[in-house]
Amino acid sequence: MKKKKIGVYICHCGGNISDYVDVEKVRQSVEGEDIVFIAKTTMFACSDTNQRDMVDDIKANNLDGVIVASCSPKLHQLTFRNVSIRADLNKYTYVHANIREQASWAHSDNKMGATEKAIHLVKAAIAKARYADALETNKIKAKKAVAVIGAGVAGMKAAISLAEKNTEVILIEKEPFVGGRVAQWDSLSTTTETGKNMVKRLYSELTKHDNITILTNSEVIENKGSVGNISLKVKRTPRFIKASACHPDDLKRAIEVCPVEVPDEFNFRLSNRKAIYKNYPSEYPQIPVIDVKNCTRCGECEKVCKAVDFTEKEEILDVEVGSVLMATGFDSYTPEYGEFGYATSDNVITLPQFKRMIDTQFDKLTYNGKQIKNIAYIYCVGSRQTDGENTYCSRNCCTSTIHAAVTAKQKFADINNYHFNRGLRTYGKQEILYADSLRSGDIYLQSYEDGLPTVITEGKKTIVKINDILTNGREIEVEADLVVLVTGMVPRADNTIGSLFKIPKGRDKFYNEVHMKLRPVETVIDGITIAGACQGPKNIAESVNSALSAATKSYSILSKGELETDPLVATIDPEKCTWCGACEAACPFDAILKVEKDGKTIAEINNTVCKGCGMCAPVCDPDAVNLIACSSKEIMSMIDALV
Amino acid sequence: MAELNKKSAKILVFSTEKISDPAIDMAGLLKLHYPPTVYTISIPCSSGIKPSWILYAYEKGFDGVFIAADGSDCVFGESCTEKTGHLVGKTHNLMKENGIEPARLRMAAICSVCSESFVKQMRTFNEYLLKTLHA
Repeated sequence: MKKKKIGVYICHCGGNISDYVDVEKVRQSVEGEDIVFIAKTTMFACSDTNQRDMVDDIKANNLDGVIVASCSPKLHQLTFRNVSIRADLNKYTYVHANIREQASWAHSDNKMGATEKAIHLVKAAIAKARYADALETNKIKAKKAVAVIGAGVAGMKAAISLAEKNTEVILIEKEPFVGGRVAQWDSLSTTTETGKNMVKRLYSELTKHDNITILTNSEVIENKGSVGNISLKVKRTPRFIKASACHPDDLKRAIEVCPVEVPDEFNFRLSNRKAIYKNYPSEYPQIPVIDVKNCTRCGECEKVCKAVDFTEKEEILDVEVGSVLMATGFDSYTPEYGEFGYATSDNVITLPQFKRMIDTQFDKLTYNGKQIKNIAYIYCVGSRQTDGENTYCSRNCCTSTIHAAVTAKQKFADINNYHFNRGLRTYGKQEILYADSLRSGDIYLQSYEDGLPTVITEGKKTIVKINDILTNGREIEVEADLVVLVTGMVPRADNTIGSLFKIPKGRDKFYNEVHMKLRPVETVIDGITIAGACQGPKNIAESVNSALSAATKSYSILSKGELETDPLVATIDPEKCTWCGACEAACPFDAILKVEKDGKTIAEINNTVCKGCGMCAPVCDPDAVNLIACSSKEIMSMIDALV
Repeated sequence: MAELNKKSAKILVFSTEKISDPAIDMAGLLKLHYPPTVYTISIPCSSGIKPSWILYAYEKGFDGVFIAADGSDCVFGESCTEKTGHLVGKTHNLMKENGIEPARLRMAAICSVCSESFVKQMRTFNEYLLKTLHA
């Protein structure tokens, strides 16, 4: 057998690796390995220049494979596999060694230890490269359809973008109506379009596309398969209203006669709604819904409206798609009991509640029957916490608060705004709003995290105190008619859908992308992309940007109607196999077949079904099962190199 | 070099590409330090680890083996937890038969953001191995 010739490239990563790992020593330690033909260090392995040099090296020296020792393979394994392809090498002959996250950074306290570890890691990669064969990818047919989960502004925009690319879209919304959070806002910053109009415009676009199916009041309850062929089961809860028999006047009357009243979550519990309801008149779909959890089945609505139909049944729909785009949005932070007077003072509300008040009131701004003049905004409640879990900045709240304050001042008379902040982050064009606010006379008072404002209730008075660092720590107090807690975005409390798709979360508990710069809308689960605020706090423009990006990514996966999947599947050694059935029982994908070959009953792998998990391997007593690229000979040779 | 690292036990970690690898990478990103003699081999799923690999690691000189398991986060299905547990049990029996202390094999579910948990596991496992094998 011809001896392999491989090239090894050890990356400085600027100084990210070479500040802690002696990369030249690593190079010297591996250059003498029998299959190593070239061993080089490089300042940035991922740079275009180095990639071109690698291609030249491979071609000039007829290399059989390459190893790059650099950052995590999740960032650049694909980059260097593509380098191999450009050099006419099979991409599966490429092996990656992670000497940044798992050596230089993890052991930056021990440079010699980090260097020693890096040497072992590269030697293990060489051991693996020895057995890395050229492989052909498996080709599978991919369903050119995408399930978009969540019909907020991100989900709707993604659905439209996909439909325009001639892709079938199933838009699945858990709530009875589309629009998400944006439907809750009238006035938006940096645009004259209202949130409701934006939702109306997007819904109108959605309905123009025959290849978009909108499922409201629906949620995914089962997920099977993998990228290209994902089978979902969607539970569709009935609205109990027949669209065909739906006369607007009758429905209005049905809502009026409904005796049930429950806190209105759309209005952040500032008011109540009925059990049969629409959140606002122009809401889409334009059919009310009956909230069965709270409906008492008194029958009053049925008496006045023929469209009410309690015989409608829950449906379970089978949906086949190739990719899933998650746009499930966020929750607003709910302050703790007593946090800045929340729930203990009559005059303390949250920013979302305040925004609904502005949108729904006219002439005079009132709360609890009292006219509001002095408003104190306390920033970063539930964000940038030093003691709590939410250490991140929620990004949009500064702008949203200033926008609400400016709007309140424009809409209502005699409003005085006092902003108790910890440093403002009205980045980009949003700075214009801040300037507007200053011009209109808003007062800004600032503190650090160790000197937060306090809310004191004295009789019917609510006083906010601060040691203002902008006036040399002077104690300033404001008697506020209303205290608005500027609450940020938090991940959805209900993570049922995330768990169903096994989407990893980041440190902030939002869904995590593979890499914030290099692969910003992909997750480690192949075929699952993320968009909007389910990934982290975003304003509308940022959500739309990420939605368009995720839509393009999902489309690019499926656009050919065929997918190349890694051929890293299980293999059976027919000599060793005695067919005991243990592998068949262990396989969760029914990828193992019982076959007769040369007069012997043995197991056979169905390559198109096998997902390469390897669950079949440890249960095989005769050791007849191995996983390509993770075979016993590869793992054991790596152990030899690491020890 | 060996002198400098004498306070570290040699630990082989079997980690999974989708779930525990990101946590171990993030430990590095956060500069959460653990002994540099902890080496990771990536595999698709923790329930695909062969007991023979673990025994081979001890035979070649590793002090401990740690399985950074997928747990309920496994992308290949919910049976992973049970199957990984089963292979650990099987390996423990083989270790006993070969005169190897079963406590030298540890397993914990390491989720994709469980960086601190991973580092804590490595530090305590290292301490245990140093105390029992290198005292």
